[in-house]
Amino acid sequence: MVCHDTTGTYKKFPAGCGHPAYEEKKMGKKVFIPVDLRNVARHVGRTSRKTCGTCHFYGGGGDGVKHGDLDSSLLTADKNLDVHMDAGGLNFGCTRCHTTMAHRIAGRFYSSPSTDRYRLALPDDDGSRIACESCHSRRPHRTNRKLNDHTDRIACETCHIPALARVNPTKMWWDWSKAGRFDENGRMIVKKDDKGRIIYHTKKGEMRWATNVMPEYEWFNGVITHVLLSDRIDDSRPVRLTQIHGSCSDPASRIYPFKKFRGKQPYDPVNKTMVVPRLFGKKGTGAYWAEFDWLKSVKAGMDAAGAPFSGKVGFVETEYLRPVAHMVAPGKDALSCDECHVEKGRLEKLRGFYMPGRDRNRVLDTTGWAVVGIALMGILIHGLMRIITRSEGRRRK
Amino acid sequence: MKEKIYLYTGFERFWHWTQAMLITGLLVTGFEIHGTVDLMDFGTAVKYHEMLAWGLTGLTVFAIFWHFTTGEWKQYRPTLEKMGDMVCYYTGGLFRGAPPPVKKTPEKKLNPLQRITYFILKVLLFPFQLLSGFLYMYYNSLPAWGIDISLETLGLLHTAGAFAFLAFMVVHVYLSTTGETVTSHLRAMITGWESVETGRQ
Repeated sequence: MVCHDTTGTYKKFPAGCGHPAYEEKKMGKKVFIPVDLRNVARHVGRTSRKTCGTCHFYGGGGDGVKHGDLDSSLLTADKNLDVHMDAGGLNFGCTRCHTTMAHRIAGRFYSSPSTDRYRLALPDDDGSRIACESCHSRRPHRTNRKLNDHTDRIACETCHIPALARVNPTKMWWDWSKAGRFDENGRMIVKKDDKGRIIYHTKKGEMRWATNVMPEYEWFNGVITHVLLSDRIDDSRPVRLTQIHGSCSDPASRIYPFKKFRGKQPYDPVNKTMVVPRLFGKKGTGAYWAEFDWLKSVKAGMDAAGAPFSGKVGFVETEYLRPVAHMVAPGKDALSCDECHVEKGRLEKLRGFYMPGRDRNRVLDTTGWAVVGIALMGILIHGLMRIITRSEGRRRK
Repeated sequence: MKEKIYLYTGFERFWHWTQAMLITGLLVTGFEIHGTVDLMDFGTAVKYHEMLAWGLTGLTVFAIFWHFTTGEWKQYRPTLEKMGDMVCYYTGGLFRGAPPPVKKTPEKKLNPLQRITYFILKVLLFPFQLLSGFLYMYYNSLPAWGIDISLETLGLLHTAGAFAFLAFMVVHVYLSTTGETVTSHLRAMITGWESVETGRQ
């Protein structure tokens, strides 16, 4: 229903496990009136950016929280934000690329490796899934052969998505350890910045937002694994909740852009595992948003998940890397060569391969300049001797 | 006695100066790509480096053709004759104002030190630099051609060659001032005419 609703009235109840309100319900101060399902059913239609965006633009609890490349700004995207979704131009909907057949929606990364051996969207190649190469081929740059030479190791998105969240901000930092503070009257605190974005909420902690965010870059072969409740973590450094697989020595890997979402999350410092806290619920259930007690909340969450819990809660810094594929900028805004081919450029952290402009051999450079220096010294001395001997010769005459 | 002789033909002068400009451009753009100098952006440097490389290749092919059809390639045959005298001249005679031990003639334009230097330049350094450069340019096609060499190795070899060219140019430009007057070699390379000593007095 939510996917095909064209009336815009189908709203899910936040704690309803995907269901809308069937009778009038309150969530905080918000009232959810029951959805007229009959009316919605009579007005089903094709999916659109709006229907997909109802969920995907607001992942993580709000506009642009989860993704840096998917938010409500895409509803009315112009060419600068997304060349393909430009409302005045190509005006692609989501399913233009996320091909859907019999309700099977083509995703992008999670189950399949990257598309390095495919050139066109032929069913033999890759089923119905569409990637950049499906239309643009693997040698898409008409006037620059050397740029085409990059497509075997650099994903299109890396150069063509120069920054995330170019219109709406995206959440970059979420510190749960700061949650649970109340003002002097015992009321919940909600702080907003000058642009109206929540930067502190008693229920959620401290947050930071950013626009025009430079992505992180990693070698990626299309496989992402996640830290599970059963995985032991190393709490001496930030925990990478998503592990991006691939390396420069793996020919199936390419360099991709990612949004790195950082924060602090509760964990079990004894068992060294991440934990699932219980957030929603009434008083007495251990729900954090009712009792504001992490110990009870984590106990309730871990019991419900059937996972072991030591009874201790700590906070550990975490990083969540998410591949970026939307908000493709026009060609003129693509990364120029010296964003990367330079010392301390965008790919500074990626090592193990030789990149002209960034890498050099110290021994060779030192030797080379020494040879040139010796030549210079030689001609300088020789020249000076000529000047001296000449003036002496003149004096003798 | 001094005499003016016509030493360098029009083609040789054109070849020399075009080559000088191309190599200077290649050095500047090359060291830009290498990250040593910062005069332009990387993409522009790559674009011009490739254009200059094609220019130099074309010129080289043309020059090889000219040298073989005219027989002028013989000028570069290395010889040990008077090599020692030339070394003595540059380290001694030159300072005393002695005349060079080898007389320039249109048939023998180059002294033994020039001969060996230009011979090494043409037979070793040019092919080395052009080959490493074109392998670098077509790096993505190398596996298909059955060539297994890393970009790092190619980059380092090509950089080493660039240092050799740079060192050569430093000394070459300086030695152009050691003629009859400071600018007489330079003038000769521009006009073709050089004034030389005719016989010892």
